[in-house]
Amino acid sequence: MVDNEERLARLKEIVKTYLPEDVPIGNVELESNFVTELNINSAHLVDIILDLEDAFGIRLENDDMDKMQTVRDALNIIDQKLLDKE
Amino acid sequence: MNKRVVVTGLGICAPNGVGLSNFYEALLSGASGITFHQELADLGFGCQIAGKPEIAESLKEAYFTPLQLKGLNSSGVVYGVMAGTDAWTDAGLGKAGKDKPDWDSGIIFGTGILGIDKLRESIYLIDDNNSRRLGSNSVMQTMASGISAYLGGILGCGNQVTTNSSACATGTEGIIMGLERIRLGKAKRMLVGSCNDSGPYVWGGFDAMRILPANYNTNPRDASRPMSASASGFVPGSGAGALVLESLESALERGARIYAEVMGGAVNSGGQRGAGSMTAPNSEAVQRCILDALSDAGIERSEVDAINGHLTATSKDAEEIRNWSEALERSGKDFPYINSTKGMVGHCLAAAGSVECVAALLQYREGLIFGNRNCRDIHPEILEFVDASRIPQNTISHRSKIMAKASFGFGDVNACIIFKEFKEM
Repeated sequence: MVDNEERLARLKEIVKTYLPEDVPIGNVELESNFVTELNINSAHLVDIILDLEDAFGIRLENDDMDKMQTVRDALNIIDQKLLDKE
Repeated sequence: MNKRVVVTGLGICAPNGVGLSNFYEALLSGASGITFHQELADLGFGCQIAGKPEIAESLKEAYFTPLQLKGLNSSGVVYGVMAGTDAWTDAGLGKAGKDKPDWDSGIIFGTGILGIDKLRESIYLIDDNNSRRLGSNSVMQTMASGISAYLGGILGCGNQVTTNSSACATGTEGIIMGLERIRLGKAKRMLVGSCNDSGPYVWGGFDAMRILPANYNTNPRDASRPMSASASGFVPGSGAGALVLESLESALERGARIYAEVMGGAVNSGGQRGAGSMTAPNSEAVQRCILDALSDAGIERSEVDAINGHLTATSKDAEEIRNWSEALERSGKDFPYINSTKGMVGHCLAAAGSVECVAALLQYREGLIFGNRNCRDIHPEILEFVDASRIPQNTISHRSKIMAKASFGFGDVNACIIFKEFKEM
């Protein structure tokens, strides 16, 4: 099982592509809100979801997307999906 | 009082040259961009050759952000963004700042169909009950106005940002639309141009109509033969061309380099009446369009000294020449110099008008008339109207004063522009 540090690193790698030019990757913290704090275009949340599905071999539903406000939310959802898989 | 309008920037993504300097070198030497495509052979096309700009992946990174490149599968967007951005830079213009658009600059960037490969990718996902996997970028890559939307965002234009579509007249029509907007004082600068996707899904329908040459698969560079007795159909092309149109006031104020003045233009349709149809032009409409353009420009028929024709390399070429000859009341040695860019790039469809206008305007910059590739055997019906000396085989030196450019498209639509050499008073 992948540990939390590595999951966060993989998540950051995915999020990096979607950050506006003036938001450095260093700004991405556990409590960061994707849209209101990191200024990610909300239209791209669906792309982040698809990238997470590919990276972690999981499937996220519409409900999950609604719940995924912060980096921590995303990690929690990934944890739960991986647990469900086992 | 109408504002005067000039061209201050050019950008190009053509089958025989990507970027202005490569394109210029290719036009100068008559280099062909038509190549054999194994993909078309594998799909059983009759015509297995086409004109397609070669774009290295690394070059795209200079125009698109990593996010924009992710899942980018629309060749028209790639060509259009490259040509449009280059034209803007060539005009000495910068991108708008982060917080405020440039209200005085707009975009009219046309296309026929956009992102057909992306559309195909999307259709497969949808048919597989997997529409959720489309992601956010299938819409902007496949909406017709995707190209003007991409450019609008990159450059930060705050005036009208739109896309026009009139088949193979698209590029030329867009320039006239931009001209009119600036004339009326509604914008200071308009980025105008057009793009066309490449690939079998664009070209297949034309192959099915059997209007493409099928006998040049082993010698593709000889295939596109405008005005030639041995022309056997147009070679499908793709790419993008772009021009920055600007009010003369604005251009002079900025100290911008001026390629030429856009004196006027006209668009019309033959209404698919008379000899006109969905696929064939009504000659009366073509001649009216040419004359309306001259009238709009305030230029006499006798003043036109160069023409860049539509001239696709089909049996219609002779008819087009007759229309120019009758409209201008000029023939033989008195006929203006005439050339077709399509001998080198094929028929770039919706991108044809803009790609060819870039070629026409480079003639002003260089004081040249580019040669006609593949028409040593000029069609005898053409020679009834034009002396062979007016159809240069190779590039010649000639400082044009008044140049006419026309494009015609399916739907019996026509567009004609009149350019004039610009001299500072």
